[in-house]
Amino acid sequence: MDGAVLFNVPFPKNIEHLKDMSPIILKFPYHVEYLHSYGQDSPWFAGLANKKLLGTVCPKCGYKHTTPKAACMKCGAETDWKELPAEGKIHSFTVCHFGAEEFLKETPYILAMIEFEGWDTLLLSRLVGLNPAEANLKWVGTKVKPKFKRNSKFRPTDVWFVPA
Amino acid sequence: MSKGAKDVYVVSAGVSKFAKARPDKTFQAIVKEAVDYTVKDAGLDYPKFLELVDGSVASYFSDHFTRQLMAGAMTQDYLGLCPKPSHRVEGGGATGGICFQEAYKNIACGDMDICLAYGFETMSHVETWKGNEFIALASDINFDYPVGGFYSGYYAMMVVRHMMEFGTSAEQMAHVSVKNHANAYHNQYAQKKQRLTVKDVRSAPMVAWPLTRLDICVMSDGAAACIMVSEDGLNKLEKATGKKYPGVKVRSIGRGTDAMRMSDRPHQSFEDFYKYNSLANEQNEESKKYYKDLWAKHFRYPGIHSFRAGRMASKLAYENGGITDPLKEINFVELHDAYTSSEIQTYEDMGLCKYGEGGSFAASGKTFVPGVEYGLNLECASVCPVNPSGGLIACGHPVGATGLMQAAFALWQLQGSIGKHFGDSKLQLKDPKIGAIHSHAGTGTYVTVSLLERA
Repeated sequence: MDGAVLFNVPFPKNIEHLKDMSPIILKFPYHVEYLHSYGQDSPWFAGLANKKLLGTVCPKCGYKHTTPKAACMKCGAETDWKELPAEGKIHSFTVCHFGAEEFLKETPYILAMIEFEGWDTLLLSRLVGLNPAEANLKWVGTKVKPKFKRNSKFRPTDVWFVPA
Repeated sequence: MSKGAKDVYVVSAGVSKFAKARPDKTFQAIVKEAVDYTVKDAGLDYPKFLELVDGSVASYFSDHFTRQLMAGAMTQDYLGLCPKPSHRVEGGGATGGICFQEAYKNIACGDMDICLAYGFETMSHVETWKGNEFIALASDINFDYPVGGFYSGYYAMMVVRHMMEFGTSAEQMAHVSVKNHANAYHNQYAQKKQRLTVKDVRSAPMVAWPLTRLDICVMSDGAAACIMVSEDGLNKLEKATGKKYPGVKVRSIGRGTDAMRMSDRPHQSFEDFYKYNSLANEQNEESKKYYKDLWAKHFRYPGIHSFRAGRMASKLAYENGGITDPLKEINFVELHDAYTSSEIQTYEDMGLCKYGEGGSFAASGKTFVPGVEYGLNLECASVCPVNPSGGLIACGHPVGATGLMQAAFALWQLQGSIGKHFGDSKLQLKDPKIGAIHSHAGTGTYVTVSLLERA
């Protein structure tokens, strides 16, 4: 609670008036160091650092997870890693003019769900190279390809998509 | 009703003042406001209530907003309920709906005769964009949140796909905003009361294309509560108060789930959809052909445009409650309109119209309240008012309280006591018999549907 300063707290002479008092409000920073593990999904982030976009495929039923799942969502079997096709398509998108505090400074930014031929699920990513002021439904279906950050930060934003 | 379940009655409910910020009270005291109202409306004095009640269920969503673990225990003692049994439930936006159902189960299984359900959220302790960050933590923090986690962005992507699949328009979405804000004009609990036009909604600041600020609910501080009882509990209360309660029963409950990551939602075949996800009112040749034609146009279910969890919750609630034609049999719905788009998607999940018809259904007039002035040219008369209270968009969305607020509003509709509680009887529907409440989490991860009926 260091740094909390409160000036001039009024106190009535008659304590029966205390229920009318304004609330005391403190403001203080709230910060933690946190150890986060990607666990079984770690290879996906290692893939990005090597400019490879990976998904997982079920060896039992063949279900293809575009965003990786180590256990098959269809049949529960352990899946195998596989590279995604070099090109995908915009399945849906939005332009964020506001965002969570962490991303406010990046607005307007484009979020998109990307689909890949023959793969069963989608991938959420950023889209670059389209004008956010010209958002329209015709963007859906546009062919896109991944771009990778040169110096990986081991975040899903190490990859983004641009029109192919 | 679910197999083997006892009859469960809802006798009274209460809602605190909802506001952008309530620094005047801590969360326990805001809950006490709602509980005091509930107890008083049941005709009980507080000590008698404490003597008779068997236990409680507590509902709040985010430990980040509260910055206090075990806030449920602190509320339990503030309410004077210790040492009676209680537990906290958490399920994102559906927390309140889950709380209602868990309190129902306490009674239905015979464990309690009188149970208090209470819920709250205090979202004002961080500024709006930090609040959006806390909410976005309810998305996969490995793959989704860091990409630009923002719930309005997720909902925008879902409705863009809905527009692509079905031709739904932003103007149709705006009709929901006009309706819900206009309804709220007559509800003294609503945080926002505005008379809007479709143009006002479309020209409001863009938040996430195509959703504007008036397509989206606001954050709130607030609480809500209700008392649920068994037949024996009802007798105990009636003996204690000498009062006869207008019998409102829980007819049935249903709940469903879907993958946390929108990207993981399946794209099922027609056969799977028809086998696992279709409702009783879709078991006919006309519906079958309609859906077959959709699949022929590359429609897949649920994708990111439909809420399979909402469909499952509806399907179970209808099966348990013997509902075969929801639009005709349910007289009103209080549903989770965190976004105008999700109200439209939910019409379809709940079977008020078919998948694909939500947009035109929203603008048809069928979900509007008779006698309320909307300033719109509506083609059809009201059939099943949706969010007659004003919904989340106008009333506010203090997450853990929201599902219980819906229970309060639905109870009052069925009791015919809207005039007494809202201070205005404009929104009292004529003689409703069955009402549905629908509570929805995440991008459709947990959804509850509960049916209430006049006994």
